[in-house]
Amino acid sequence: MVDDSLWIEADAGLRQLLAVLQGRGYETVGLTEQDGCITLGPIASADDLPRGRIMDTGGGHVRCRDGESDRFFDKTLPMQGLKRFVYPAHEAVAQFDDDLTITTPEVEMRPTAVFGVRACDVAAIDIFDVVFRKPPYTDARFAARRDGLLIVAVDCAVPLETCFCASMGTGPHATTGFDLALTELSDGGEHGFLVRAGSAAGRGILAELDGEAVRDDQVAAKRAQADAAAAAMTRSMPANVASVVRQSHDSPHWSEVASRCLTCANCTMVCPTCFCSTVEDRNALDGTAWRERRWDSCFSIEFSYIHGGGVRESAPARYRQWMTHKLGHWHDQFGMSGCVGCGRCIAWCPVGIDITAEAHVLAADLERAVPTMGDN
Amino acid sequence: MVQPKTMGALLAEHPIFQGFDPEATEFLGGCASNHHFAFDEFLFRADQPAERFYLIRTGDVALELDMTGRKRLVIHTIHPGQIVGASWLLPPYRWRFDARALGDVRAFGIDATCLRNKCDANPDFGYAVFKRFLPLVAERLLATRMQLLDLYAPPVEVGAKLQA
Amino acid sequence: MPRSMAAPVWELGMEPVVYQVTGRHQELVDTVTLQMTPVDGPAMSFLPGQFTMMGLPGIGEIPVSISGSPNDGGPLTQTIRAVGKVSAAIAGLGVGDRLLMRGPFGEPWPVEEAVGRHLLIIAGGLGLAPVRPIVYWALANRGRLAGVELLYGARGPDYIPYGAQLLGWLASDRMTGSLIVDRHSDEWAGPVGPVTELIGRHATVDPAKTVAMVCGPEIMMRFVIQALEARGFADSDIWVSMERNMKCALGWCGHCQLGPVFVCRDGPVFRVDHVRNLMTQSEL
Repeated sequence: MVDDSLWIEADAGLRQLLAVLQGRGYETVGLTEQDGCITLGPIASADDLPRGRIMDTGGGHVRCRDGESDRFFDKTLPMQGLKRFVYPAHEAVAQFDDDLTITTPEVEMRPTAVFGVRACDVAAIDIFDVVFRKPPYTDARFAARRDGLLIVAVDCAVPLETCFCASMGTGPHATTGFDLALTELSDGGEHGFLVRAGSAAGRGILAELDGEAVRDDQVAAKRAQADAAAAAMTRSMPANVASVVRQSHDSPHWSEVASRCLTCANCTMVCPTCFCSTVEDRNALDGTAWRERRWDSCFSIEFSYIHGGGVRESAPARYRQWMTHKLGHWHDQFGMSGCVGCGRCIAWCPVGIDITAEAHVLAADLERAVPTMGDN
Repeated sequence: MVQPKTMGALLAEHPIFQGFDPEATEFLGGCASNHHFAFDEFLFRADQPAERFYLIRTGDVALELDMTGRKRLVIHTIHPGQIVGASWLLPPYRWRFDARALGDVRAFGIDATCLRNKCDANPDFGYAVFKRFLPLVAERLLATRMQLLDLYAPPVEVGAKLQA
Repeated sequence: MPRSMAAPVWELGMEPVVYQVTGRHQELVDTVTLQMTPVDGPAMSFLPGQFTMMGLPGIGEIPVSISGSPNDGGPLTQTIRAVGKVSAAIAGLGVGDRLLMRGPFGEPWPVEEAVGRHLLIIAGGLGLAPVRPIVYWALANRGRLAGVELLYGARGPDYIPYGAQLLGWLASDRMTGSLIVDRHSDEWAGPVGPVTELIGRHATVDPAKTVAMVCGPEIMMRFVIQALEARGFADSDIWVSMERNMKCALGWCGHCQLGPVFVCRDGPVFRVDHVRNLMTQSEL
């Protein structure tokens, strides 16, 4: 854990931080409210932040409203994480003209500072770093975008109803993977941020900020706030979920989930770690063609198509693939879980399927299924 | 002077009876005889009584069907070390297919009635014999199922079949 | 260490290079073998069992195994069955036509495992194409191998690719082997039955001194593994080549996942003890 090095005032400090970032040439992106929804978008100043707004979430439920305080970063989570900044939903990866000359479109990535990234989304970017740079291949397009990103994380003081990062070990406070991280404190009449740096770029920026030395009582207040945030989470993933899903291939519960699941792929679209894509060739009327990489979802039948048909034709198999990959096989592939506990898949599921609830059912079913011999 | 081998000793050399109890092999030898078939000669014909089955020593045999109005269809080929014929095991003791020599074939013939009587009279012997025969029947069943799967059919054809 | 460290795969990405068809052979009624060379520079070098992404601009890309010799640095040889939109378009190419190529990709057959041992190659249907480079390799390295045997099962006599070459190989004193067909037809005088029959009959091989490499439809491979097991083979001495949907071939697109593995990057060739339980889980 990086120590905090500075205390900055809420309004003036944030204004200065954004000005420093812009002065260094970064595009600034942060939490904004758009069409009644908190999202990540361009911000010009701290005034664009949805200060005082909070979100209520549940299974298939997301609403924004005014909160009780004028804090900046309580109980909000943008609809999507950083995925689309490092990995666009669709992009041309090769272009072909009439005589088969191939050109590779350059990645256009202006250095971008994302302001107010939650610990879960920072963890998700760390996961992408492993997925897209796993030897022997490196996705140069991802790498160019990722390396152009400056992450200003913000610790969570009040979780959403759908959050469960504490049980995934990814939050509520960011521990690595950020350039700068802020902790919002508003105790005893003062309102401001503890600032810590997690990279050389972050330390350089921090050195330009005006602030005060960090006091012990502020460090204690921060710790208490983290503990309270973790304790406030009502959802959790079973600790042994990786082995639970890997042992549950033949569970009848997949059919039960699938009886509710619409296989709409919303969960995979809002998931900050779902990385699946497809590669499609497209044509223009002028005779040119291009090859496009687009986000894809394991919830579509075509996803697993091999000549003759799809490997996973049934809805239970497709839900099982998503959940088993995310929580189980991800460990085999990348040495880590593919879930960061952000809860978006719960909130944005049109029928409110809750991945934590399904995991607990599977775990309980396995527990019950321990065979007994003889008359016991 | 070289003693001619007993039929039991000859049977013991056949892969089917390798490791079989020598006493039991001798017992079985009482039902066995030597046979030779020339190319195209039938070992047996469909619907005839299944009086004798064969252990192939050399040469290949086709299990086939003479289908009225269609050409002969080879369902399976049987090769040295294997057994031709299982219909003698169960009623009505009639051959289901033709067995035709694909070349020069040398085989041991086992009299079915003789063997069935010995099995009935001596259940231990009968169990040992059946343990040698059941795997062959199971293997033949698996082979038939695999052929039915049409594993190498072009996917387009499979897709058309699924949709039909 | 990945088996493919010898091949320069780490430079690969999404960008194809342009190849040109230099030879075309109608292999079966729906299957052609193409020989191709790059418009610029030499053909890619590859290891037996690797595949490429073959494509046509505006139409799409498909994974196709390499079926030519890995020894001679000659044109790239691949056998394509016209099944879908892309494969039909590629199979319809003629000499002089150009296409897009990425690769080679994937973990190869571990041919060096066979050195000093008997190499048993078992293929069914078009599964002969991905093992064909093993035969080329084995014949070039015959002195280092105790023996080479090819067992091949086809749907029927009209469905055997590389027919003349196959018969030449089987008649050669440098290797042994047998053909069997599921369905008899008039001009066929050979064995009739599934390919597993050949495993049962060929009792000359000592499983402890043999490496088996198997390629065919997944169900065929499952039965072959059981037949080899009955013959005393350990799963760790059997290798198979798996097939799944591949879009990127780099492990990024997720399509080819088979439980914990990416078939494109961790395979397509796997040791059976690593994938056996994956091959039988439904809709995995």
